Amino acid sequence: MTTGTPHVERSSTSADQAGRDSPRPGTVAVEARDLTKLFGTNRAVDGIDLTVMEGEIFGVLGPNGAGKTTMLNMLATLLPIDGGEARIFGYDVCSQGHAVRQLIGVTGQFASVDENLTGRENLWMFGRLQGLSSKRAHSIADDLLAQFDLTEAAHRPISQFSGGMRRRLDLAASLITRPAVIFLDEPTTGLDPRNRSQMWDTIRDLVAEGSTILLTTQYLDEADALAGRIAVIDRGRKVAEGTPGQLKTQIGTSSLRVQMAEAADTAAAVALAADLTGETPVVTLAGSGFSVTLNDANQAADVLVALRNHRLDITNATVEQPSLDDVFFALTGHTSGTPTSETEVNRS
Amino acid sequence: MTAANPILTTTSRPAARAVTASVPAREALTQITTLAWRALIKMSRNPEQLVDVTAMPVLFTVMFGLMFGGAVSGSTAHYLPTLIPGIIAMTTITACVGAGIQLREDMDKGVFDRFRSLPIARIAPLAGPMMADLARYAIAAGVTLTVGVVMGYRPGGGVPGVLAGVVLAVITGWSLAWIFLWIGTKARSAGAVQGMSMMIMFPLAFLSNAFVPVDTLPGWLQAVTRVNPVSHVVSALRDLMNDGALTTQVGWALLGCATVAAIFIPLAVRSYSRRV
Ligand SMILES: Nc1ncnc2c1ncn2[C@@H]1O[C@H](COP(=O)(O)OP(=O)(O)OP(=O)(O)O)[C@@H](O)[C@H]1O
Ligand SMILES: [Mg+2]
Repeated sequence: MTTGTPHVERSSTSADQAGRDSPRPGTVAVEARDLTKLFGTNRAVDGIDLTVMEGEIFGVLGPNGAGKTTMLNMLATLLPIDGGEARIFGYDVCSQGHAVRQLIGVTGQFASVDENLTGRENLWMFGRLQGLSSKRAHSIADDLLAQFDLTEAAHRPISQFSGGMRRRLDLAASLITRPAVIFLDEPTTGLDPRNRSQMWDTIRDLVAEGSTILLTTQYLDEADALAGRIAVIDRGRKVAEGTPGQLKTQIGTSSLRVQMAEAADTAAAVALAADLTGETPVVTLAGSGFSVTLNDANQAADVLVALRNHRLDITNATVEQPSLDDVFFALTGHTSGTPTSETEVNRS
Repeated sequence: MTAANPILTTTSRPAARAVTASVPAREALTQITTLAWRALIKMSRNPEQLVDVTAMPVLFTVMFGLMFGGAVSGSTAHYLPTLIPGIIAMTTITACVGAGIQLREDMDKGVFDRFRSLPIARIAPLAGPMMADLARYAIAAGVTLTVGVVMGYRPGGGVPGVLAGVVLAVITGWSLAWIFLWIGTKARSAGAVQGMSMMIMFPLAFLSNAFVPVDTLPGWLQAVTRVNPVSHVVSALRDLMNDGALTTQVGWALLGCATVAAIFIPLAVRSYSRRV
């Protein structure tokens, strides 16, 4: 191999030392450098660097078409890499695919279980394929079905499963041999709130038991709730990376949205809010309200008290968590797709 | 970077198992039989997949026997010893086409993505269904024989000759199916597999001695039928089933099958592994 960057050196060392008794903090589980995928002229993944440490939950956040699935498929040896390189515990994804496949479990965005088989037959088959005895494959299948609340549906064909049941069976099928690294592509898309929080618990349990998880999501709250570190990707490029806390300080933890009683008061109110928060408020299209990023939730009270003291009446005030759209706006200068109803004004 | 680690024991949780560089033969065999089991379950739950090895042979045997019997051999009864081995060869080849179509359909489904993400032998997802398909070829041969016997066919080779014929038919089906499997990995849709396979299947089956005596054909066509491996299979089937004779034709037929398999197994596996 020709490259010898510190990145790559570090991960090959981790493979050499992987035969130890307990996980050593600082082992690199997944590493990608300048990862690139071209579909014709479309750079679906455009030079992404990624380092996921053993034992962490790493979230990849991005809108539709950002390249999340493409990136995950390359890491999982399902798609050939067009540029750059990737390693799982030091094993090269291109040249050591078979070793990589022994270390990973993949739950894709779309169900990858067999429609012709029942839930139990599916799990048994995947267990057998991974070297379990028939008896052991059956007992693990039953355990997983119980754990994922699918015991009743064990003998039903998949074609009669609901979307959420398929999703759970899909995850169960990835866990049969307790892989060291688990890739989850939008694990909670299509799940109802109860199943979603159960899925979150399952993911946390897996990490507590020593797995490393790389998951993608379109939801900031999900990345926030689960991931220790997050990479935000957009149009194939990584636009930000950090802990949820770091990302939130970058974009403000939340925002205050105020509706004025008199549109004529808006300019004065915006000036007050700008002074108090140090941020640039955004006036609504109708011109009768504004929203402003809060670096500290207490600033909401400061702004509202100031408006009261200046006799600027309001009809409505809400404090909102940043949405994925806010993140993208803050990080890329464009929205993730839906046009916003707001225009920015200069601080007066 | 460091040299590839061929074998590395990871004792760290949760991957408390060895990482190996390749799949041991024993495990590959388990994987193949597991996927053969899957294909058999699929077959049993979608019985319409068996039409080409049940209804079709019946139809062809009755149709060809009644239509061509008088023209080719003077009567249906005289034609049957020529026809039945020919129909067995033809229905077996027709059944092969199903292998490619089924693979193409499977490859478009999510479960094949999972197969590709598992540390299993690359040949297993192909060889598994191929193993299950042995049953289809046996059914095709059995149904044709049964209809033939009902119509008055009395194989001179007796039970051993007939059994040897069925085994040869199954071997032929298995070998030639790799051609269609290869097409299945290349084509864009199941429909395309069907179309392309027909282009191969019909000349293979009909430009042979399966239905007519070769000496009635024009010279150039005789040359074509003589190099067609199916002709050797048909001759071998006639020798085994009608005379109970283990002739050189049987050797040629087996050699032809082995050649086809030797060419198309690597092609199919390579094309399957590369496919995105
Ligand atoms: N097989 C393919 N052939 C051509 N283009 C593709 C293919 N797969 C993905 N793309 C393109 O690559 C880009 C990234 O797609 P990808 O599926 O990775 O996005 P994503 O982030 O997973 O989106 P989503 O949230 O909708 O799942 C898109 O522009 C998509 O159109
Ligand atoms: Mg996706």
